[in-house]
Amino acid sequence: MRRWRGIIVPLVVLLVAEITFRATVTMSDSLAPPSRAVGALLGALADGTLLANTARTLAGMLGGLAIGGIAGLAAGIAIGFSETLRRASFLTIELLRPIPSVALLPLSLLIFGFGYSMEIAVVAFATFWPALILTQNAVAQIEPRLIEVARLMGLSRLETAWKIVLPAAAPRLMTALRLAAGLALVVAVTAEIVSNPQGLGHDLMIAQETLRPERMFGVLLWVGLFGWGKNAALLRLERWMFSHRGEVDTSVAA
Amino acid sequence: MPDSKTAFSFEGVHLELGGRPILQDINFAVKRGEFACVIGASGCGKTTLLRLLAGLVKPTSGSVRLGDQTVTAPSREVAVVFQDYSRALLPWRTATGNVSLALEAIGVPPAERADRIAPLLAKVGLTDHAEKYPSQLSGGMQQRLQIARSLAQDPSVLLMDEPFGALDAMTRQSLQDEVLRIASERHATVLFVTHDLEEALYLGDRVIALYSNPGRVARMVDIPLPRPRDQLATREHPEFLRLRRELFTVMEEIHA
Ligand SMILES: Nc1ncnc2c1ncn2[C@@H]1O[C@H](COP(=O)(O)OP(=O)(O)O)[C@@H](O)[C@H]1O
Ligand SMILES: [Mg+2]
Repeated sequence: MRRWRGIIVPLVVLLVAEITFRATVTMSDSLAPPSRAVGALLGALADGTLLANTARTLAGMLGGLAIGGIAGLAAGIAIGFSETLRRASFLTIELLRPIPSVALLPLSLLIFGFGYSMEIAVVAFATFWPALILTQNAVAQIEPRLIEVARLMGLSRLETAWKIVLPAAAPRLMTALRLAAGLALVVAVTAEIVSNPQGLGHDLMIAQETLRPERMFGVLLWVGLFGWGKNAALLRLERWMFSHRGEVDTSVAA
Repeated sequence: MPDSKTAFSFEGVHLELGGRPILQDINFAVKRGEFACVIGASGCGKTTLLRLLAGLVKPTSGSVRLGDQTVTAPSREVAVVFQDYSRALLPWRTATGNVSLALEAIGVPPAERADRIAPLLAKVGLTDHAEKYPSQLSGGMQQRLQIARSLAQDPSVLLMDEPFGALDAMTRQSLQDEVLRIASERHATVLFVTHDLEEALYLGDRVIALYSNPGRVARMVDIPLPRPRDQLATREHPEFLRLRRELFTVMEEIHA
């Protein structure tokens, strides 16, 4: 029972919206009742268009996350271990980091044109920073005793990174991944709404332009479900990976 | 003077950290197979002494020698057992995996590792816990695991920094006897840091007491008690009682 208690509030909200809508609005180009939105969602799922668009958004999101995440991870480890690198890169990072990734959409479009590349580039830029900062943070919090153990055993730098640093930082890195994945979804959909004609963001724009609010709300509902499912899956993965350590940080939601 | 029987030696070692003298004028040599215990007040530099020998810290002047080599970096010949076993073990590896790390470090091929890990775990009584993670082991078992891991690199010198300080009395006694047995089987040279005078007397061939601020050798006493040592007989031995009385006054002087 407890598990399902959380569903009560959204259901009530939908019900109130449905009743209010039926009682007041007869025809609308901007709003649709939940029942029609759900109907449109089911229809879009059935005809395959929504799944195709989801796959495109997912590709843009994962492609960017992979590039931005891995680059951020590598840079974070390097900077986390080298005072020289930290000093040398500090200003650059602080100057580049505040640039809103969305502001790079025009530039990215100019360089790559429409398609996956421009979206992936912007998602990569957006996720690089949290990956970098959170990795640096995770590395800084590694038990220094473990690094000492690695030194005493004579592990090389690469072996230390692979056998000590990465697994020691893994719980925090997984939290970082969860946060970065949330950001990746936001940026991917934004890129599609603003300039890239594909994926879920574009689907929303088409629904708006063709005056089909029920499809728009249907897709919005889908994006919400998609984000929730992604987060739940990552949380399960985290618990499964680190259960025996008893140190999963689930306090930070994406 | 160091000769071919010397396992390691401190020769005129002086160490400053952050401009403050931590250790001063440290001169002593430990013979191969000797079990040397270092005692002293908290903060007197016992851990730092051990870190010098492990190659984690360099002396400001003088030299630390391992056999006929000057120590400049950590060496596989020297293994360290820390007091804080829960921090020194890898929480994401099982007992087997933790011992394996030392074998991986010295380049033992994967196929040979299992055959070397099993006897090491057996030696410290962890055979039935080989697939458990450190968090599933008691404090005493975790410390046994750390000892097994330190033995895996097949060191000639074993450094132990208050290894039993966090354990209860019974666990402590059984681990003391295990360490004595392991040390004599392997003819290992041991430098054992403790703040417990009786533990030092029970284990050691020699006790080295340090003064504080800065750390200096206050007294070196040979412990000619018969081996193998026995928790009851040794601790009731008249020589044990005499040495305890003698060192007790030294300890009082040190803590003053
Ligand atoms: N890295 C360091 N920098 C400055 N001082 C240190 C450092 N490490 C230890 N010390 C100081 O050296 C002294 C001896 O420390 P330590 O060897 O840990 O003592 P013990 O193990 O006998 O308790 C202490 O006063 C401690 O504050
Ligand atoms: Mg200490």
